[in-house]
Order: sequence, then structure tokens, then C-alpha cells
Amino acid sequence: MDRHLIVEQAGITFDTKQGPFVALRDVDLTVRKGEFVTLIGHSGCGKSTLLNLVTGLLHPTAGHIFVAGREVAGPGPDRAVVFQNHSLLPWLTCFENVHLAVERVFGGVEPRVRLKARTDAALALVHLEHAAHKYPGEVSGGMKQRVGIARALAMEPKVLLMDEPFGALDALTRAHLQDELIKIVAATGSTVVMVTHDVDEAVLLSDRVVMLTNGPAATIGEILEVDLPRPRDRLALAADARYMACRSAVLAFLYQKQMKQAA
Amino acid sequence: MSAALPRNVLATDTAPPRTIVHPLPYVVKDRVVQDSVVKDSSRPQMPAALAPSSTTAAHPSPAAARRRRTELLLKILAPVLGIVAFIGLWALVAKGGSIPGPGATFDAARAVFADPFYRNGPNDQGIGWKVANSLGRVGIGFGLAALVGIPLGFMIGRFRFLAGMSEPIISLLRPVSPLAWLPIGLLVFKGAQSAAIWTIFISSIWPMIINTTVGVQRIPQDYMNVARVLNLSEWKVFTKILFPAVLPYMLTGVRLSIGVAWLVIVAAEMLTGGVGLGFWVWDEWNNLKVENILIAIAVIGVIGLALEQSLLLLAGRFDYAKDRS
Repeated sequence: MDRHLIVEQAGITFDTKQGPFVALRDVDLTVRKGEFVTLIGHSGCGKSTLLNLVTGLLHPTAGHIFVAGREVAGPGPDRAVVFQNHSLLPWLTCFENVHLAVERVFGGVEPRVRLKARTDAALALVHLEHAAHKYPGEVSGGMKQRVGIARALAMEPKVLLMDEPFGALDALTRAHLQDELIKIVAATGSTVVMVTHDVDEAVLLSDRVVMLTNGPAATIGEILEVDLPRPRDRLALAADARYMACRSAVLAFLYQKQMKQAA
Repeated sequence: MSAALPRNVLATDTAPPRTIVHPLPYVVKDRVVQDSVVKDSSRPQMPAALAPSSTTAAHPSPAAARRRRTELLLKILAPVLGIVAFIGLWALVAKGGSIPGPGATFDAARAVFADPFYRNGPNDQGIGWKVANSLGRVGIGFGLAALVGIPLGFMIGRFRFLAGMSEPIISLLRPVSPLAWLPIGLLVFKGAQSAAIWTIFISSIWPMIINTTVGVQRIPQDYMNVARVLNLSEWKVFTKILFPAVLPYMLTGVRLSIGVAWLVIVAAEMLTGGVGLGFWVWDEWNNLKVENILIAIAVIGVIGLALEQSLLLLAGRFDYAKDRS
């Protein structure tokens, strides 16, 4: 229960033409059930690589990863992913995109009516009932990303993995979706691991902010507990001293301790 | 409709704007804005901020109407003029006496199309049967090519080893002139009909193999990641991701193949004989009925165009390229 997701001494080394490249080493992280954790670091530090290890799209060359007591051997629907570029299938409607995932997870055990109800519920969760039968090409970037979130949540995953989900959106849409994500996570009690490069986003959303050192051979540099009460409100927090302190701590890590040399 | 008419009148009118008495105020306003911008700077000017608001009104401005008319002119008048010029040139060349002119050809065409489905023995049949026979051969040859070429393309695209194996062979055989295959067909299949179909098959298979292969190889990694994360079954991966993603490429291959097949059939039929457009051309050359050759050329062109356009139309329905962002 308390050790829902375990990353144990995980590392990954890629074989390149210039020889082995150590991307990550000695990563130890435990995530509790229902916890919201963000991974933050400079670009290229390997935060997406770490997420892909949990996803199962990449295999660790050292260490182990466990989700709900089982070792990760490959990708699976118990770890749903929200991709940065939404990755919706353009030839399926928003409904069909979500339904594809629902069908995969619950198709064998539940009747069709129930699958449709699940899909509708997931779209309702992200307030997209009205766009259910539109194609991804017909809706805005923010809406596509919401469909991506609906698709992931509809699978009732053990862990929700988000790879810079709002990175490609404009600031206002991003803020709006962050607020919605706060509500959704509160309502569903999801366990979330999210990659971001946005300090405010990390502090606003997380229970803990995991800061990675610069690559190569990146690892966890610091972990910050964000001890702010929930539900959180971005306007109230903007002047909150504890919020400011958290923010400064992350900024200090990123821009003093891990200043990019070549940036 | 009622609004469209006065707008056109307004747009074509060259009289000064103030002499126009118009019941629709928004049109007048548009005109004023239009004038203040481009023509009559001495007139009292509308505030610039009004310009966008008036163009975003439900009715397009005269400028837009004018632009649309120019577009229409280009779209209809230009092709018509082109055809007229072509026929004129044809008539001029025909004056030299070696080929029949448009008039003579048109008369011959009326005779040919008067009874398209007559049958006077195995080698003397109406134009309708000729077209049907040629299309039939193309259909069979092309259909077989699609049946073999598309699955082959999928496999070559999916397995790199197979791609490596097939690459030298495809590169070598693809540029071979279609008719070079005809003797092989005659030898193996021992019949003119099947040799013609074989020639269609072998020359129209390459674009389908190549385009399908490229389509499979270019499937965005994102889509495959979705498949992996959802852990979809092979069948679902194929029906929900692979096939729809490759479809536009595949249809391009099909379109190119049909084009090749239609090009080849005429030449193949000239050599193999039988009822068909190609042999008809050759036959009329032997009869020295040049009008009918010109008719055949026109018919071949029209059918080729129709095949191409219908496939373009089909392909347009499956174009997701605009969504790939």
C-alpha cells in the first residue's frame, strides 16, 4: 500500500556509436498510493527516460521497477500514459480513441453497454461530452490533451504516467488543465508520476517534487516535500509563503546547483 | 440569394459610390470602407477599426466577391480556352492533309458511338465491348497485383530483413519496360489474353509494393507507442493503427498502379490482339481509318482520367496528414 511504485537502484545505459552512454544511474524512488510526484530537471537530464522505464517502453539495464508488487517487464495497461503530443489516432473520433483503451482493459469481462458507459464517463470527467464524436483534427490542442487524459484515466491504471502533458499548450490553457487535473486526481485518487520542466506546475500539483541532476549519468538530486494543503488554489497560493519557499527551493536546485554548462 | 444579387451589381458598377441607392446598409458600409482603403482617399474615411468588423459580417465584402469571380474565371474560362485553342491547332494541322480534322473525327465518332454494343464476330465488336474488354484485363491484372503487392508491401515494411532481401530485386525489376515481360507471359501462360494480364500484373505491382512499404516504415512512433502502452493485440494493432496509418500511402500506390496498368494495356493489346482498345488502334491503322485512331486516343485519355480522378477522390477521404501535428 505504501510502496505502490518502487524504483530500485535503476539505471539505463545506451549503446551508442561512441560507446556506452550512461543516461541514468542509481535511481531510488518510492511512490505511495494516491501520491502525486513530479520529475523535474533540465532538458536532456533523463526525466522522460525515467518515466519510460516505469512505462516499460525502455528496460532498465540495472536495478528493478515494481508497480503494485509486480516487476515491470514491458508496457501494460496498468500504467497508463499521457503523452506530450497527445498521440491520439486521427482516424478515430475522441470517443473511439478512449473506447479503444477501455475495450482493451475491460473488453473481456464487461458487456458492451458497460464499456460505452465507461468511455462516456471518462469523457465527462474531462468535460468533453460535446466533442465525443469529433475527430482529433477538429478539436483544439487543449481538448486533444484532455482526450489523452480521459483515455488514460478510463483504463483505471494503477499509476498514471504523464510526460510533459501540458508542455505544448499555451499558458492559459495549461493553467486551466492543471486546475482540472487537480480536481480529477482528487476525485479519482490516482497515483500520478508526471514529468515537467515547469517549476510552478511541479509545486502546484505535486506532493513531492523529484529533482534530477544533469545528465549524463543523471540521478535524483533532491526530493522536495510540498506540504501545502489540498485542495490547492493557484490564486491563493500565489502569495503563500510556503508555496514561495517550495518554488525557490526548486529554482535554487535547477539554477544554482545544476546550472547547465553549455546553456 | 436575395443578398447575392445586389452585391454583384454593386461590385460591377463603376459609377461613383454615392450615386448608388442601396437598401442594405452593410453593403454600403463595406463599399465605403473599401473605397477609403484603396480608391477614394478624399472621401470621409471610416475609422480603420471598422474594416475588420465589417468583413467579418455574415456577408462577404465586394472585394471577396470579386476575388471569387476571378477564381471562377480562372477555373472555367482558362480550361475552356485551352481546349478551344487545342482544337484550333488540330484543325490547322489537319489542313496539311495527313490527319483528319475535328469535324471529320466528330462525324466518325458519332458513327462509332451510335451502336457501341454491336457484335459482328469475335474480332469486330462495338466500342463498348472494346472498352469493357480492356478494362476487364486491367481489372484482373491490377487486382492480382494488388492482392499480391499490398500484403507484400506490409511485410517488407514490417520486417527489415525482408526489406533488405527484396530491395535489390525490386530496384532491378522496377525500371524494366512493361512490354519486355510480354514474351515471358506468352511462354509461361501459352495464351495472348493471359500474357496481357501478366504484363499488367508485373508492371503495376511495383508502385503498390513500394508505397505500402514506405507507409508502414513511416508510421509515426507515437502511434506505435500507443499500441505498446495499451498492449493491443496484433489484430487490433493492424486494424486500428497499421492499416489506417498506411491507407493513404497505399492508395497513392494504387493510383500510380492503375495509371501504369492503363498505359500498358494499350501497348500490350497491340501486340496480343483480341477485342480491346489497343488492338483497335492497331487495326484501324491497318485499315488506315485515322479518325478512329484519334477517337481511340480520346477514349483512352478520358478513361485514364476518370480512373485517376476517382482514386484521388477516394484517397481524399482518407487523408489524415493535416492532423499529424
